[in-house]
Amino acid sequence: MPDENRFHLSIGSRFENIELVQVVLRDALLRLGMDEDTRHWVDIAVREAVANAIKHGNEQNPAKKVLVDLGIEDQELVIRVADEGAGFDPGGVHDPLAPENLLRPNGRGIFYMKSFMDNIHYGSAPGGGTLVTLRKRLAGPKPDPSHEEEGH
Amino acid sequence: MNVNVRQSGDVKILDLKGKITIGSGEVALRNAVQEVLASGATKVLINMHDVSTIDSSGIGELVSAYTTATNRGAKLKLVNLPAKVTDILQITQLITVFEVFDNEDEAVASF
Repeated sequence: MPDENRFHLSIGSRFENIELVQVVLRDALLRLGMDEDTRHWVDIAVREAVANAIKHGNEQNPAKKVLVDLGIEDQELVIRVADEGAGFDPGGVHDPLAPENLLRPNGRGIFYMKSFMDNIHYGSAPGGGTLVTLRKRLAGPKPDPSHEEEGH
Repeated sequence: MNVNVRQSGDVKILDLKGKITIGSGEVALRNAVQEVLASGATKVLINMHDVSTIDSSGIGELVSAYTTATNRGAKLKLVNLPAKVTDILQITQLITVFEVFDNEDEAVASF
């Protein structure tokens, strides 16, 4: 991805602003040549990360910002989402697949992020908030059809 | 998200359109389900044919709708799930919780 397609966004902590991130994200993913399915699942994962930052990190205080950074590093799409909250311990989140949790209305966001990305990592943002890093491997170049065996 | 409520026999059908996501989408679903249950409906069918995106909050709202209906002695079922909604219900094993139909007539007849 050319460097001009790298983006940094700073949004106020309102759920409506998730749609702004999605517009820019979708454009970037299209430019990367990502297929429709992958774009959809990356879109959901980033949506979850930004929603968590707004809701749990910044507690919907519109004066607090959520920073979203997207770029390519070592053939991986890397998206970082940082908030200005008090920090977060992902170890405290319950397992949404445990039978006793199946009918809980919350607690699936991180699970979806893990399911749809190749790797997610929770750390601290410079100001003490939460920084979540989402990574997705990019598909390599498509094989040259002339090198494929007939009938395959 | 938009919700249109219609009736088929004694079944209330909620046609959802758009994104069931955190904020206005989940609230619209919550309000619509509460409204039909408050009106005395005991058979509720959610038609998800035109749902383009659902996130964990939307899934959570569906689960809440299901448990609220069940606690009131009502039944809540789903019909016309787009493939990606099915996928997202499957990976959290919720597909086993809901009664899901591909066809509205069959769904209505199942109550």
